[in-house]
Amino acid sequence: MTVYISGLLIVGGLFFFLIGSIGMIRLPDFYSRLHAAGIIDTMGLLLSMSGLALLILSDFNLGNILSALKIILIVVFIYLTSPTATHAIVDAGIRAGLKPWSKK
Amino acid sequence: MKTQQRKTSFFLTFFILFLFWVIFSGKFDSFHLSLGVISCFLVIWITSDLLLVTPDMAKFIRLFMGFTLYIPWLIWQIVLSSIHMIPIILSPEIEKKINPRIIKIKSRVRDEVGLVTFANSITLTPGTITVAANIHGDMTIHAIDDECAASLPGDMGEKIAKLFAD
Repeated sequence: MTVYISGLLIVGGLFFFLIGSIGMIRLPDFYSRLHAAGIIDTMGLLLSMSGLALLILSDFNLGNILSALKIILIVVFIYLTSPTATHAIVDAGIRAGLKPWSKK
Repeated sequence: MKTQQRKTSFFLTFFILFLFWVIFSGKFDSFHLSLGVISCFLVIWITSDLLLVTPDMAKFIRLFMGFTLYIPWLIWQIVLSSIHMIPIILSPEIEKKINPRIIKIKSRVRDEVGLVTFANSITLTPGTITVAANIHGDMTIHAIDDECAASLPGDMGEKIAKLFAD
């Protein structure tokens, strides 16, 4: 049963990876593409990593619990560092004088 | 810092570091555990002015409890706004659906850690990115459409202001 749930979570994560990648290509400018990148490293990462953690936990023993904890820590650290990196990129764009795309 | 406070924060930091050591090493024999104790002591001794957590235990516990309630709510917001982004990205006329603009908001949060949490939460939620923030609570935000722009500061600002209120 857990195998099916984790499979569903991983497929959901891959779907959001796909949406984020399509958005990266289709959105009109630098700043709005970062929004699509945000989908990839929040929603896609969260779903696929929780799917993997659940898949490991379907065989329940101490070593697997530690592996699942490490996978959760990957998500925690990405959630801390990814917004910080986004701030740095946006700030660099603003400082360099790149104007955001806007509707006419 | 008083000696008592210093002691409390030392043991708290030691406990957190040692927890991470145990998770990452995954070995429970006395050799690896004693290596962990030695390296945690070394790290705390070298970085004592940077790493020691807040000495006020009551505040620390309250923040910890607040975060355990806040993080599931934040994840739920991330899910909602990711779903909000799907039809925008997949629509054939993408330039009609979006309306990117830079907005300025005023947040009630004054605490430094609170502002960092707020700015990072805004960036984590797809559809809004924090461009700049300062200590007076003025924030510049890039939002991708009207709905994302209207949702700020909203509930998130309220929750963080309550979490970091003294």
